[in-house]
Amino acid sequence: MKNVLPVTIVLVALFALWYAAAALMNASLQEDMFANAGHTDYTTAELVAASLEMERPKLPAPHQIAAELYKLTIETAPTSKRGLVYHAAITLEETLIGFLFGAAFGIGLAVAIQSAPVLNRSMMPWIVASQTVPIIALAPMIVVILNQFDITGLAPKAVIAAYLSFFPITVGMVKGFRSPDPLQLDLMRTYSATRRQTFAKLRAPASAPYFFASMQIGAAAALVGAVVAEVTKSEDGGLGARLLAGSYYGQTVQIWAALFAATALSAALVGLIALAGRIVLHRMAFTR
Amino acid sequence: MNARVADLAPPLLFGLAVLALWEVGVRLLGVPAIILPAPSAIALRFASSTPTLAADFLQTIRGVLAGYAIGSGGGLLVAILIDRSPFLQRGLLPLGNFVSALPIVGVAPIMVMWFGFDWQSKAAVVVVMTFFPMLVNATVGLAGGAGSMERDLMKTYAADYSQTLRLLRLPAAGPFVFNALKINTTLAMIGAIVAEFFGTPTVGMGFRISTEVGHLSIDMVWATIVVAALTGSAFYALVTFIERRVTFWHASYRIREN
Repeated sequence: MKNVLPVTIVLVALFALWYAAAALMNASLQEDMFANAGHTDYTTAELVAASLEMERPKLPAPHQIAAELYKLTIETAPTSKRGLVYHAAITLEETLIGFLFGAAFGIGLAVAIQSAPVLNRSMMPWIVASQTVPIIALAPMIVVILNQFDITGLAPKAVIAAYLSFFPITVGMVKGFRSPDPLQLDLMRTYSATRRQTFAKLRAPASAPYFFASMQIGAAAALVGAVVAEVTKSEDGGLGARLLAGSYYGQTVQIWAALFAATALSAALVGLIALAGRIVLHRMAFTR
Repeated sequence: MNARVADLAPPLLFGLAVLALWEVGVRLLGVPAIILPAPSAIALRFASSTPTLAADFLQTIRGVLAGYAIGSGGGLLVAILIDRSPFLQRGLLPLGNFVSALPIVGVAPIMVMWFGFDWQSKAAVVVVMTFFPMLVNATVGLAGGAGSMERDLMKTYAADYSQTLRLLRLPAAGPFVFNALKINTTLAMIGAIVAEFFGTPTVGMGFRISTEVGHLSIDMVWATIVVAALTGSAFYALVTFIERRVTFWHASYRIREN
């Protein structure tokens, strides 16, 4: 809790910076608009005020984004295609489905790698190497390939979300399964525990902190995957489609609103997992 | 040496097996090339379109490198600047952690609007993406990299702030800084490629992927992905190599006993 004051002050400073930047960046545009309108005798204060209320500013002021968010979430019906709730729901659905499959596959692969040394030796280097590959580059192709099989709509994006989320989960879980220290593993041996018993009674519980950490990374990655997939196949809607539409038509306020909605989704997902992690880890006596 | 060969053999065999299975499977099952081209077809396409691929590579890597340098450098610099103020650290660290979990690639359309279609806008996206991981890691490294014993020793030497920073705390933060540098190699590639989905001059890896997908020439897409994968891995390997040279003293590089 001692961080509340510093964080608040830094946030306030950021907002102040943002307003200053918005005024500076939009002022020249606004000057041109005034000139075009034949409006010459304006004061600096008027110029600044007008720069912060432009319809298509270079950088919208925070209150404009807040107003846009309010308009698109509260004042627009949740089912309306014009509203953000509709698009956020699409993105959330893709993210969650993809994340669930990705997490299940990632954990399964980690268990396989842990229980079969051959797999560990032959696959782990590739899994680590694949982390350095910009996987997102595959997104447009996956969409098109799945399209050939008449798999459209939600599924391709969920596949990309799953694909992006499983790598960090596998790596994190393998690390977690190996986190018990040699002393504990020796103890299991003195009990003459089998591999399976060692796994169930020591390795699996010991991996709990890694589980929650990799779930947070995986959920964030799944959301990025869903948003980028929506950019490459934008006709079905979603926050990524809103980003792309906004950039086509120069609707900066719309882009920022979609960005904030995606931010809120990501923060909510990661925050929920972190909260669950805190409760579970406390119960398991990892933290006190 | 023999041990290293033994370490390398299983993954190499596994990789070759996957490639062979892919090639044979595609040929036997007659998978259409617009769904999954055979590795040999991709290799042929790679060889025949080298000039295009090279031009794409040069275009994209400019944005990657410029953004990576500015973003990582800026993150490190800010970490050093706020190092003397625990108050700012407490304010910025949670924010940095928060931002690291956000879909920052979403700023791509905004940056394209601000900085135009060319590589500058890609570099800007990369700057935003790489800044926060470096800020968080470097701040943590500067705060906790050096133990209290070493700090006390510097005190008994009557070392001033800048000497302690230069001779003890910055080197001690090395592993954390390199951790961020390694994370940032992947983020930089992702940022640059995704930013190209939002508009580029007609060259660049992200542009190539999105247009060739539109023409259904999937072998060209794969060839570009090969370039992206090689670039990403080489970038990562380079940073790892430098890390070993710079932070050779760190515990993780000690020769494994047994």
